Amino acid sequence: MTADLAIDVSHLVTHYGSRKILDDVNVQARQGEIMVIMGGSGSGKSTLLRHLLGLHRPTSGSIKLLGRDITKLNADAMFDLRKNMGVAFQGGALFNSMTVGENVELPLREHTKLDENTIRIMSRMKLEVVNLAGFEDLMPSELSGGMIKRAALARAIVMDPKLLFFDEPSAGLDPVVSAELDELILTLRDAMNMTIVVVTHELESAFKIADRITVLDQGKILMSDTVAALRASEQPRIMSLLNRTPRHDAINADEYMERLTREIF
Amino acid sequence: MFDPVLSFVAAVGQRSLQSVREVGYHFALLVEGFYWLIFGRWRRQPVRLAAIFKEAVGVGVEAIPIVALASFAIGMMLAIQGIYSLRTFGAEGQVVLGIAMSVTREFAPLITGIFVAGRSGSAIAARIGTMQISQEIDALRVIGINPVRYLVAPLLAAMLLTMPALTILSDLVALFGGALYCAGELSLPIGIFFQRTFEILVAQDVLHGVLKSLIFAVIVTLIGAANGFNVSAGAEGVGRATTRSVVLGCIGIILADMVFTFLTSR
Repeated sequence: MTADLAIDVSHLVTHYGSRKILDDVNVQARQGEIMVIMGGSGSGKSTLLRHLLGLHRPTSGSIKLLGRDITKLNADAMFDLRKNMGVAFQGGALFNSMTVGENVELPLREHTKLDENTIRIMSRMKLEVVNLAGFEDLMPSELSGGMIKRAALARAIVMDPKLLFFDEPSAGLDPVVSAELDELILTLRDAMNMTIVVVTHELESAFKIADRITVLDQGKILMSDTVAALRASEQPRIMSLLNRTPRHDAINADEYMERLTREIF
Repeated sequence: MFDPVLSFVAAVGQRSLQSVREVGYHFALLVEGFYWLIFGRWRRQPVRLAAIFKEAVGVGVEAIPIVALASFAIGMMLAIQGIYSLRTFGAEGQVVLGIAMSVTREFAPLITGIFVAGRSGSAIAARIGTMQISQEIDALRVIGINPVRYLVAPLLAAMLLTMPALTILSDLVALFGGALYCAGELSLPIGIFFQRTFEILVAQDVLHGVLKSLIFAVIVTLIGAANGFNVSAGAEGVGRATTRSVVLGCIGIILADMVFTFLTSR
């Protein structure tokens, strides 16, 4: 059972300064699954993603990617693992000083000893996959928002990673472009059997692509289950998420007074 | 309630702690930069020669016109002031000694350092800072590229190569500026000026300036890079880091110059 888990997070606790951000988070995803992480602003989904990427050290808990606990790996082992990970950041994070083509070629140049022509051809193949063929000589500043996301995706998959992370694929895009990106994510999973983690707050997109949805709320996992189970859930928080109703938390009068009158340093 | 003395002491303590932390960060950056330059090859993350040359063009070659112009003006200014003050003793002839010593030991490395800090220190901070806020640094890390190896190590090498070269260029141009003024004012042929200059100077004088320029190269690179990496507050943060790296770079250069000169010239 645990052997085919591509992602296995257990009892993850993280802090930002003295503030607790994630509290006992447990998440699993099998090889070839698309897992969508959902949650409102400040729910901790970006923090969870950054920890999955190995950009921060957690307070406690373990994060196993492809069977290896990244909280305990040394730099060399992490370097090797990163060859199997691809990441498309929210804003694309393309290197502005390089052309689109050079951006996509960079992982190949750094990690392989392939010759120049092979690198060119491989990066063009990935640009074909994301429908950006012929754009390799443009600079990132000359691209539209949707093109930047697709170029970032091309860079993320150029090493044929086993794990792909995609942060907010549909943020700031029109519905048609974001539907195209959803299709692309599904194609990638089917064609390359990638395990894909998508962080989003777009319900429609989440339901379309997800095999499993993890809902975060105030640093805790509300639910991590299939789309059908999520739809059937009767938990009030989840229902309010699905029906887009504003949440009405009961306010504790004493805590409220304490927050207002607390000494400010 | 609030005790003003206590809060003052707390503020001083926090500032001191922050400064110590910052110095530590610079030092760690220095060690890591050299580490990648020397051992990168064995860690499968070599610092590429092409990257070093690209940086060298940016921080060194492109600085030639402005450094040359400033050095020429400084050399000429030294000649004017030297002749003016030495005339009191009727010793205008000794101006060559004054120019030769002060240019090679002090003015050339200092002017070069300050101009490079102004040109490149700010550019380094702005570039790394912008990359930080647009998540490009994170992107480097997840690709498996160490940001210090990729961004700082080539710069450090380029600075260490070009700063001494710029300093020697500055030596020559400043001496030429001085010689030109002396030719007009004292009717001292330029050839004779340089001949006497080379009789006066020993290798140690030039070396003194070149050594200083190496220290300045490290200071400018580290302050620019550290301020860039620590940008957090968006575009405004980049602006602040840029200003800070120029101010700290210049003051760092002048203080290091004073300490170095004090330790080596007595």
